[in-house]
Amino acid sequence: MSVSDDPSRVAGGPALTDLPDDVSVATEEGRRLAEQLADNRRHARKLLEVRNLSTHFYTRDGVVHAVDDVSFELDYGETLGIVGESGCGKSVTALSLTRLIASPPGKIVSGQIIFDGIDVLKLSNEEMRLLRGKKIGFIFQDPMTSLNPTLTIGYQIAESAKTHLGLSRKAADDRAVELLSKVGIPRSRERMGDYPHQFSGGMRQRVMIAIALACDPMLLLADEPTTALDVTIQAQILELIRSLSDEFGTAVILITHDLGIAAGMCHRINVMYAGRIVETGLVDDIYEAPRMPYAWGLLDSLPRLDEVKGARLRTIEGMPPDLIDPTSECRFAVRCKYVHDRCRSEEPELTPRDGEGHMARCFGTEPEGWIQ
Amino acid sequence: MTAAATDPATPARQIGETLIDVDRLKVHFPILSGIFQRESGRVRAVDDISFEIRKGETLGLVGESGCGKSTTGRAVIRLRNPTAGTVRFDGHDLMDLSRGELRKMRRRMQIIFQDPYSSLNPRMTVGSIISEPLETHDLAAGKARIERVRELLALVGLNPNYTDRYPHEFSGGQRQRIGVARALAVEPEFIVCDEPISALDVSIQAQVLNLLVELREKFGLTYLFIAHDLSVVRHISDRVAVMYLGKLVELGPPSAIYDAPGHPYTRALLSAVPIPDPKAERRRKRVILTGDVPSPANPPDGCRFHPRCWLYERLGRPEQCRTEDPELRTVATDHRAACHFAEEALQSDIGVAHMATDKVRHGTPQSATAGLAAEHAAEASAAAAALDDSGTGSPNEPSAEV
Repeated sequence: MSVSDDPSRVAGGPALTDLPDDVSVATEEGRRLAEQLADNRRHARKLLEVRNLSTHFYTRDGVVHAVDDVSFELDYGETLGIVGESGCGKSVTALSLTRLIASPPGKIVSGQIIFDGIDVLKLSNEEMRLLRGKKIGFIFQDPMTSLNPTLTIGYQIAESAKTHLGLSRKAADDRAVELLSKVGIPRSRERMGDYPHQFSGGMRQRVMIAIALACDPMLLLADEPTTALDVTIQAQILELIRSLSDEFGTAVILITHDLGIAAGMCHRINVMYAGRIVETGLVDDIYEAPRMPYAWGLLDSLPRLDEVKGARLRTIEGMPPDLIDPTSECRFAVRCKYVHDRCRSEEPELTPRDGEGHMARCFGTEPEGWIQ
Repeated sequence: MTAAATDPATPARQIGETLIDVDRLKVHFPILSGIFQRESGRVRAVDDISFEIRKGETLGLVGESGCGKSTTGRAVIRLRNPTAGTVRFDGHDLMDLSRGELRKMRRRMQIIFQDPYSSLNPRMTVGSIISEPLETHDLAAGKARIERVRELLALVGLNPNYTDRYPHEFSGGQRQRIGVARALAVEPEFIVCDEPISALDVSIQAQVLNLLVELREKFGLTYLFIAHDLSVVRHISDRVAVMYLGKLVELGPPSAIYDAPGHPYTRALLSAVPIPDPKAERRRKRVILTGDVPSPANPPDGCRFHPRCWLYERLGRPEQCRTEDPELRTVATDHRAACHFAEEALQSDIGVAHMATDKVRHGTPQSATAGLAAEHAAEASAAAAALDDSGTGSPNEPSAEV
């Protein structure tokens, strides 16, 4: 699904390099960023490379290791799912990618984030602001709190196009109207003057998507984009994200706790548990041949629509561990049915399994392990 | 022929006579406006619905937010006074009861709320939360009450010594267990479960769901299980009711609702639910409903679903759908649907196409569970062998040589 071989996108796409000398890149930082982008694109293979990222929160009770040594990659145009339960670090991963971690108490303590050839953690705040919004779009869970209630939605969409694309007021408005109809809001020109409260939850999420796409970003970060919505509206929004991502070749990182949504939307999946990636691979491998007892537990505990009323659900007993000063054992060990002494004395690494890029963090399912 | 009999997976739970009979229930909320607070309109949250719940049965009630399912749940135990219609509980008309009588009746019916964070008083200890209903209904006092609270905590899988803790010391799943213990304190026959697991994480959801099933078997409870998650409802229900915009649109056993639904809305709803199986997801045929749910203050004329209905479009927009509100009518044994064209809906494969193909449940591979069992057996025999080896050692002190 890579679109990196699409010449129009790689060479002449609506990148910062092609922007006119207007407000947004007239600054020294902007120019530097643009040059760096152009230079790096020639060499960059992946859209995003995250290496050994750790984000900690310094709280009164101790240091919370919310994201601990996380590494993954993302291709141009690919959809990656990050799944896990609340508190596993999936949202913090996404916020870290764009340096939106509230600091204090949060801090990216180590690691490297290479986005489209740019070392994100080395950018100045000004450069970072250009990168967000322009290159990375966001959709958050709650469309009510992520829109400004005192501004019209037309203004909010056009603002982004004006700031980042340097469009004139009129051109930005036209772009906003076009985006609104693209995301399926009827009578889009009339609705430009409406305020967020005049839209339903699903419609607000469409507005959010319009804002996220205003600058034709290369990456869309969708953090639980449909959790607050009803199932029929959820289907609409997911379909919209899927079709827009296909149309514009936008890569998507979809963060969700719903394994059903991830199954239908993603090319690859990262399963996170207690701040770690515990399994990663192509979607089919993760669902059909998972190699980590936590992933089994997650799949086992789901009641399924296509299943007749069954017996007891198999559950994962216990609760996720405290992330303050995690111990040196496998973080799933206390809840794991297959636990051996080794799991309690050292933590397993992510090691390869069958299937392209399929890796799991489990001693038991390693080739010489005890679970087959 | 009860509903359960049509579902082969149902264990031998006794499903008996009608326990709750809801007849033409309406709950309207006035919209007041102006300085005189004149009624300028009405939100028809629940608009003329009838159904019954049998003794020992779990009736699942599904629908999207704002369809009136929670209002129905509350009206059924008269936490909300209906605008019209009757609710009979075991033959007693709840509307006729005096305050005192109603309180007595409440001992037999309880409710578990959705949000385990706001439904427990943060200033009360768990012990006092659970013993409050015992006090209200004069069920146990003094030592007996304390004993009963401990018993209830153990029953829902919590440590009985936690009586002096406060709700904030518990996780969401544990709090929901406290809510369950509170509901069970008065030994009710009927419990309204209003989205009891929606606020919980996946692995915790399954734990609470299992608990509710266990308690149902143990005490022969009758549930009205309200949820928006169709998979969960299928898992727990003997019969399922689907609501849309204040109306009951379909009612029947899970086999009918999930495999051969007779209402186009049910089909659309089913087709929208994601399935945790990438291959099944790719194969599915979806109807994506357009638009939003209309306001219950101003519902569409005729069939309330017609402006979003795919079948209406497919049939060339028949006039009947715009002018006539369809009655909930029988379309198959024990299966009712409110659609003028239910027969056409039944013919379709929309929403259920994926059911036909072979289903694989992904999760723990069989070899792993087999391995685990073998390992346990080996461990057991090793332990037994160790015991034998120690020869003279009595079974009470097997690990003398550590």
